[in-house]
Amino acid sequence: MKYLDEYRDARLARGLIADIAQRATRPWVLMEICGGQTHTLMRYGIDELIPSQVELVHGPGCPVCVTALETIDRAIQIASLPGVTLVSYGDMLRVPGSHSDLFHVKAGGGDVRVAYSPMEALKVARANPRRKVVFLGIGFETTAPANAMAVWQGAREGLGNFSMLASHFLVPPAIRMLLESPRNRVQGFIAPGHVCTVMGYREYVELSRKYGVPIVVGGFEPVDLLEAISMLVTQLEQGRAEVENQYVRSVACEGNRFAQELMDKVLEVCDRKWRGIGMIPQSGLRLRAEFAAYDAEKIFDVAATTTEEPAECISALVLQGLKKPVDCPAFAVRCTPATPLGAPMVSGEGACAAYYQYRRLAHKV
Amino acid sequence: MPDDRNPLEGLMCPVPLPAGEKILLGHGSGGRLSAALLQEVFLAAFRNPALAKLNDQAVVDVGGVRLAFTTDSFVVNPLFFPGGDIGSLAVYGTVNDLAVGGAQPLFLSAGFIIEEGLPLETLRRVVESLRAAAKAAGVEVVTGDTKVVERGKGDGLFINTSGIGRVPAGVNLSADQARPGDCVLLSGTLGDHGIAILSQRGGLEFETPIISDLAPLHSLVAAMLEVTHSIRCLRDPTRGGLSSTLNEFAAQSRVGIVVEESAIPIREEVKGACELLGLDALYVANEGRLVAVVAAPEAERVLGAMHSHPLGANARLIGKVVDAHPGIVTMRTCLGTSRIVDMLAGDQLPRIC
Repeated sequence: MKYLDEYRDARLARGLIADIAQRATRPWVLMEICGGQTHTLMRYGIDELIPSQVELVHGPGCPVCVTALETIDRAIQIASLPGVTLVSYGDMLRVPGSHSDLFHVKAGGGDVRVAYSPMEALKVARANPRRKVVFLGIGFETTAPANAMAVWQGAREGLGNFSMLASHFLVPPAIRMLLESPRNRVQGFIAPGHVCTVMGYREYVELSRKYGVPIVVGGFEPVDLLEAISMLVTQLEQGRAEVENQYVRSVACEGNRFAQELMDKVLEVCDRKWRGIGMIPQSGLRLRAEFAAYDAEKIFDVAATTTEEPAECISALVLQGLKKPVDCPAFAVRCTPATPLGAPMVSGEGACAAYYQYRRLAHKV
Repeated sequence: MPDDRNPLEGLMCPVPLPAGEKILLGHGSGGRLSAALLQEVFLAAFRNPALAKLNDQAVVDVGGVRLAFTTDSFVVNPLFFPGGDIGSLAVYGTVNDLAVGGAQPLFLSAGFIIEEGLPLETLRRVVESLRAAAKAAGVEVVTGDTKVVERGKGDGLFINTSGIGRVPAGVNLSADQARPGDCVLLSGTLGDHGIAILSQRGGLEFETPIISDLAPLHSLVAAMLEVTHSIRCLRDPTRGGLSSTLNEFAAQSRVGIVVEESAIPIREEVKGACELLGLDALYVANEGRLVAVVAAPEAERVLGAMHSHPLGANARLIGKVVDAHPGIVTMRTCLGTSRIVDMLAGDQLPRIC
């Protein structure tokens, strides 16, 4: 298949692996931000193919994982209210809140539906004028434009029974947080290709200059990631710290202007709590005040609860690249995808879940 | 002594069912939640040697004749999809459960649970399709039942079919018989049925429409058994897909299985749909494919027999049974690395991005 087979080509991959091995003369620690990239690395065992001095650590870019427990709890409370239909992206349904998850709300009689696009939630709202239809709008800059579009369109139509429970995250503040940590080990970043398709990569140029760190915008297929790793190693070996774009078939420097303008109309930057990490200033997006009538957080009077992760969970260290999932004593023993203790095990794209799904054999569990 | 140990115990690692729990959709997915339900509710209640085999059909001896007996319920939505409908599915699904036990399917029952308000014309179309499918598969529907439930208490139409078939002498297929060194064969492309249903449900349109692989497999099985009786395990990878079937073989036979990613045939359009929908074809349902574990010396001949049959034209050798990592299925990726092919906990969920 075009745009797929050539990026999973074993010969190309072998060439890039040889290239990385030849270029890397010292140990380097690289981080991929996006959970989709983590998933590909684990699925294809790319970390086993590259020379051992190039260490890959996994970033906090799984939106399902980092969505705060409070948001999940709030969604569960709203979905349990009579007359409410909650529409969500599929993989949010299994994410455990403090006491339950959306699958259990559904089994208990709640109207919880899966959608591929927030525009489907608008359709549900139009077709069911007597129900309050709430879209659980989470994600990074990737899903934010579509979610913003749904609210914008709902407002334009004056759709009084539609609202969104919004909890968006921004990638650059998370990278900044990692780089400012005194314990940071990461020397080069693979920036998330889909986020940059929307936002472009100007923000990353600032980060790269300020912190003297190379950043390569990368795609999601094995050859994409190997190429991005090779580009990062080349920069590091040459003492350069620049932003380069590996994912040119999708990403332009300016990004998608239309999507950005729409996001800006509907959403504004706010402080945001990341599950497993904590509060990161200016790292989220919420609905602007003029869209308050579509803001489920404002419409539904559900108390915000403060919840704590189990003490045993080392997700904060995993999400900052300080530990590997297999370094955790609970990994695959007390913490599995069916019984997750923390953020990176809750979704298939979380680092712990990716290790569990593809690699627990290698770690003799 | 009959082997009535629980074949799932210790190996399947099913998700435990906590007290006060409710049934979730995932309990019907064919994954770990289904395994837990089976183990903790049904196997706890019923224990006998035929059931303990956990095959798609029970093989019982009745006066010296070995009968295969099976039942299946069909709750597909939409009722009509590219390549079939709930009527033909209800016949072929049960025929296939008999076929993968090596049985010649003979008789079916059909029970209809009809929701008040279903257009009679819809029911007529389904029944006509069921009749035609039974004729094509050479089975007779010899008994049946209808119930009507109030509007809102059914999804239009549910059908249950049970089937009886005769197992020829010398044929002994069971999911617990795979041995290290055996070959794993797959009869055709993966995921066609599941993606045909999903695209219909989601209103997705592709340049080439994806047609369900729905088909009766008994004549293909007969052709394979004609070559040799050293086929050890046979199963049709329906819900839970190839992954669930291989994991069941591995768990029940207490062996490891290694498959080659590059050997697994998947149609380009199914690949594309899976990419688009964020799904993995290994977990998508099939209704006209089978997976066979065959003793290595006979594998080529069985594969040849499959290739000579229209339903096995794309059959491939996809992997081997190994003695390493019992209960676990691994895949050699297109890059030459190895990864686990896990059984899903519940339904495969579309990813957010």
